[in-house]
Amino acid sequence: MARVVLQQITKTFQNQKVVKGLNLVIPDGSFTVLVGPSGCGKSTTLRMIAGLETATDGEIFIGSQSVNALPPGKRDVAMVFQNYALYPTMNVYDNIAYGLRNRGTSKKDCDVLVKEIAEIVGLADFLKRKPSQLSGGQRQRVALARAMVKKPKVFLMDEPLSNLDAKLRNQMRVELTSLHKQLGSTFIYVTHDQVEAMTMGDQIVVMSDGNIMQVAAPMDLYQEPENLFVAQFIGSPPMNIVPAEGRSDQLWGFRPEKAVLLPASVSPVSAEEMWTAKGQIVSREILGSDTLFHVETEKGRVIVKTETEEIGQYGSNVTVTVAKPHVYIFDRVSGKKVGRLAERGQVSALAGGVN
Amino acid sequence: MKRVGAISLKTVEWAGLLVVALLFVFPFLWMASTAFKDMSEVRQFPPTLLPETWEWGNFVQAWESGPFLMFTVNSIVVAVAILILQFLTAVPAAYAFARYQFPGRNLLFGLVLVALMIPGYIIFLPIYVQLSGWGLVNTLWSLILPYAASAFGIFLLRQAFMQVPDEVIEAARLDNASEWKIMWTIMVPMAKPVLVTFGLFSFIYHWNDYFWPLIMTNSDEVRTLPVGISSLRMSDGGTLWNVMMAGNMILILPILVIFFVAQRHIIKAFVYQSK
Ligand SMILES: Nc1ncnc2c1ncn2[C@@H]1O[C@H](COP(=O)(O)OP(=O)(O)OP(=O)(O)O)[C@@H](O)[C@H]1O
Ligand SMILES: [Mg+2]
Repeated sequence: MARVVLQQITKTFQNQKVVKGLNLVIPDGSFTVLVGPSGCGKSTTLRMIAGLETATDGEIFIGSQSVNALPPGKRDVAMVFQNYALYPTMNVYDNIAYGLRNRGTSKKDCDVLVKEIAEIVGLADFLKRKPSQLSGGQRQRVALARAMVKKPKVFLMDEPLSNLDAKLRNQMRVELTSLHKQLGSTFIYVTHDQVEAMTMGDQIVVMSDGNIMQVAAPMDLYQEPENLFVAQFIGSPPMNIVPAEGRSDQLWGFRPEKAVLLPASVSPVSAEEMWTAKGQIVSREILGSDTLFHVETEKGRVIVKTETEEIGQYGSNVTVTVAKPHVYIFDRVSGKKVGRLAERGQVSALAGGVN
Repeated sequence: MKRVGAISLKTVEWAGLLVVALLFVFPFLWMASTAFKDMSEVRQFPPTLLPETWEWGNFVQAWESGPFLMFTVNSIVVAVAILILQFLTAVPAAYAFARYQFPGRNLLFGLVLVALMIPGYIIFLPIYVQLSGWGLVNTLWSLILPYAASAFGIFLLRQAFMQVPDEVIEAARLDNASEWKIMWTIMVPMAKPVLVTFGLFSFIYHWNDYFWPLIMTNSDEVRTLPVGISSLRMSDGGTLWNVMMAGNMILILPILVIFFVAQRHIIKAFVYQSK
């Protein structure tokens, strides 16, 4: 077990900077998720921690040791790949045992460890099979077992669930989280799926274009996004961004689930405490428990997420209202969050029990 | 209309294949048939397709007409030694060409391709001179050493190694495997179908090779089967074709056996990519 520290980590491929001076502390025993859009450098960062890619600049520490000069096999890390990368010619047993053997673990210890792990991940009956004779979920488990059996200080996972179907993915998410609790080791998990990031991580690192945009716990990330990028990346659907009223150097944003739809005939109770906009419903997506309304307003198109679909007719005229404490202010140029339109304490009961 | 066209096209295709197959198989069957005939039947006109009497004695005569056991042992030693050496040289070379960036890589691989394109007949003279300088002519070494590295093998294996996904190698590196270990425990098993195919090609080629042993050897102790069998022709009273063919049957028998045993692997080697 160990914490991982990145200091000014840079990676350049053929004169193209893809990771731009990352500074990051991954606490011991944390489940840290690197999340960001495709091509932002998540995998590259993970591979540098693993030692599969050398950092062009900067230093990486695992525990208190600088690992820049250590080959992957000596870093005491294990990695789970997106496509599992099992050894196709070896059976499950040998796949799991390979790393142990290379460390000189005795045959007897090896056998005990492999069987123990196989039991944990539910592969005990499949030890003699080749990877090609397993289902996707089972292969995933072999990959996990292969990583776990080495009892590494740090687990690295690069989108390990993206090849599974939705149901299995949910199940594995839960299993991975409980596995993390059980083992207590440091997990570094890469995904481009923000839902996965929010549900699994206890620390989330949002990346964009080779830079870190924000590092925070899931709820903080949702409630206190530091900039426009995070505000729009986290949350589904993304935050609505509208022009600020009275200031051209700012933008305002609010989450679709914090907005309220009123029929146009009803006027908001306390208009001064609300951001309001009149508009027309242009489309509707029913998600089951929630409904998304796309509303074309005088202040731009916004999405409203509500539990009911009562008012929802195409073309109905509506008023969108948002309590001011839920409206974030961003600097138009830098994208940085400046604050909110009103303090959260001010949210009054009349806004409809927001928060 | 279209259906009929498709069927008749299939028929033509099959007929074509049959003709080609016959072209290849007939000489072979003719050899087998001749090996069992007696000499008068060999000379008979019109020739018979199958022997009227089965003359097993031809095989005995062929075998006893020279030191055939020695030829066989030499053939096995040479073909197997070449196979092992080629394997030991091709695997590391192919791994380096497939997986490493190093200065001069393209130039060196270009040389391999050049070597692949130059037939042995062109360079046998300098090699002969060189080997004779080392005093190796007319030893088994002169048959083995020139073939210790195979450009064909390097080329074929490099292609196979390039198919191995990067992640598998990276996973092995994370499992603390040395490059050497990755090569022999990951890459070689994954390239097995190609290795088997290459091994067969190499073995068959050197088992049947007539030209090289003919020039490099001048005494029976170091001769191989093809050269030995050709000496059957020199028996007085004209060539005994039936004995000659029996000798050839002895020559190709091991290859036939190997082929039937390894057939599954050969077919796999050619369909591997599509899996
Ligand atoms: N070996 C390489 N050579 C050149 N460029 C590379 C190499 N590996 C990655 N890149 C580039 O670096 C950038 C970041 O790649 P990376 O794989 O880290 O993205 P990612 O965040 O993992 O994206 P995804 O979510 O699609 O996996 C991309 O623009 C990619 O094209
Ligand atoms: Mg990636």
